[in-house]
Amino acid sequence: MKHLLTTEQLSRSEAELILDLTGRMASAVSGREIRKLPTLRGRTVVNLFYEDSTRTRTSFETAAKRLSADVVNFAAKASSVSKGESLKDTALTLQSMGADGVVIRHPASGAPQRLTEWVDGAVLNAGDGTHAHPTQALLDAYTMRERLGGIDGRTVAVVGDILHSRVARSNIWLLSKLGARVRLVGPPTLLPRAIEDWPVEISYDLDASLRDTDAIMLLRVQHERMHDAFFPTANEYARLYGLDERRLGLMPDHAIVMHPGPMNRGMEIAAAVADSPRATITEQVANGVWVRMAVLYLLLTNGEL
Amino acid sequence: MTTPARGAPSGGPDRPPPGKQILSADDIGRVLDRIAHQILEKTKGAPDTVLLGIPTRGVALAGRLADRIRRFAGHDVPAGTLDITLYRDDLRRQALRPLGPTDLPPGGIDDHRVILVDDVLFSGRTVRAALNALYDLGRPASVQLAILVDRGHRELPIRADYVGKNIPTARYENVQVRLTEYDGTDGVVLTGGEAQ
Repeated sequence: MKHLLTTEQLSRSEAELILDLTGRMASAVSGREIRKLPTLRGRTVVNLFYEDSTRTRTSFETAAKRLSADVVNFAAKASSVSKGESLKDTALTLQSMGADGVVIRHPASGAPQRLTEWVDGAVLNAGDGTHAHPTQALLDAYTMRERLGGIDGRTVAVVGDILHSRVARSNIWLLSKLGARVRLVGPPTLLPRAIEDWPVEISYDLDASLRDTDAIMLLRVQHERMHDAFFPTANEYARLYGLDERRLGLMPDHAIVMHPGPMNRGMEIAAAVADSPRATITEQVANGVWVRMAVLYLLLTNGEL
Repeated sequence: MTTPARGAPSGGPDRPPPGKQILSADDIGRVLDRIAHQILEKTKGAPDTVLLGIPTRGVALAGRLADRIRRFAGHDVPAGTLDITLYRDDLRRQALRPLGPTDLPPGGIDDHRVILVDDVLFSGRTVRAALNALYDLGRPASVQLAILVDRGHRELPIRADYVGKNIPTARYENVQVRLTEYDGTDGVVLTGGEAQ
């Protein structure tokens, strides 16, 4: 495999290889004098971001720099895209500059797939529309493996705006592939139609879903993608599907609370829960750098996964 | 003790025939005894010394040398692991290389004498990578190299301080080091000569 576009395309052994490498990357760099490896010296990674992003872009940038790659940041708002340049022409520009890897985030599902037709380098999907966000799912899986000691046989509840969430989609495929039981919880209006083929259970009742949950993954309500009324009020959503301290108490003691960020405190997650030691939100950010180092190492050293 | 040669000797008079066992299990034991004594002699009892094995087989060899030094001199020389994969210069050419662990002894390597341990010394590129890896981890007082088999064909100005056995080889031949820890048996075999 030359690109990382979705978690659906990964085999179980490929996914496990990435998670193992992630652990190695973490221990290869943490706690040492020089926190940089020469592995990707002289190679160029372009961050091509058509959507706003803080953590994913800086995470990819940090990961590439830890491996000594040169990083070019390309934000659509400050580029020729705002003058009307198409994705194809931007891609051809990058191609002639010789990018070894292109990290792309795009509002259109499938844009990274198209990009692979125009560039020779590896394409890494950093989120496309409502389709996929594979490195986020991989870092979530790594965080679970670290905190829960494994993924096989664990129950994971993914709660909230599944309909608009590429994080949820990537996690469903990855976690089920790694042997977890995945349960989607949310209002019917925010669950996609036609998901009978997905390897998931579905619930509309959060309280009833908490008792046997090892990890709960809260999703941000994505106002920017909502062009209809999906629920009556923010207050009602928070009351039915927000994780507060009472609900945290219903979960087993070992269960962890995950959120891909950015959070709406008071909406899908109460501030006290977000700051509790059972929340892994900052760990997820730290693990994101290791996961992206592992993926860059795999795709940019010999082009094979 | 020797396995029969599978082909006629190819090359010079002192080159062992391919498929030939070069070191038996007993030989490896004696060679490691000698290297441990040489380390103690050359370093005057190996104070402030750390053995770092390069995965895979260097790790087991470093452990065996540490055991012997403990037996011969009665004090502990810490042994650790130094993975050099991320420092290799052939990552773009070779198939994917899995990463190994790097485990430094608790005392670290700063101001210590570090003895790198590997099974085969060939081009010297692995040792080059190990030196770079080492200097990103700390600042050793000095670095030495212990090797079980030196097969020649150096591509860099690197030499070993402690050599188990020098074996003249052709480039296309293969030196296979087998150790009980990984292969169930000890031995060094030269293969691949007849295939070319």
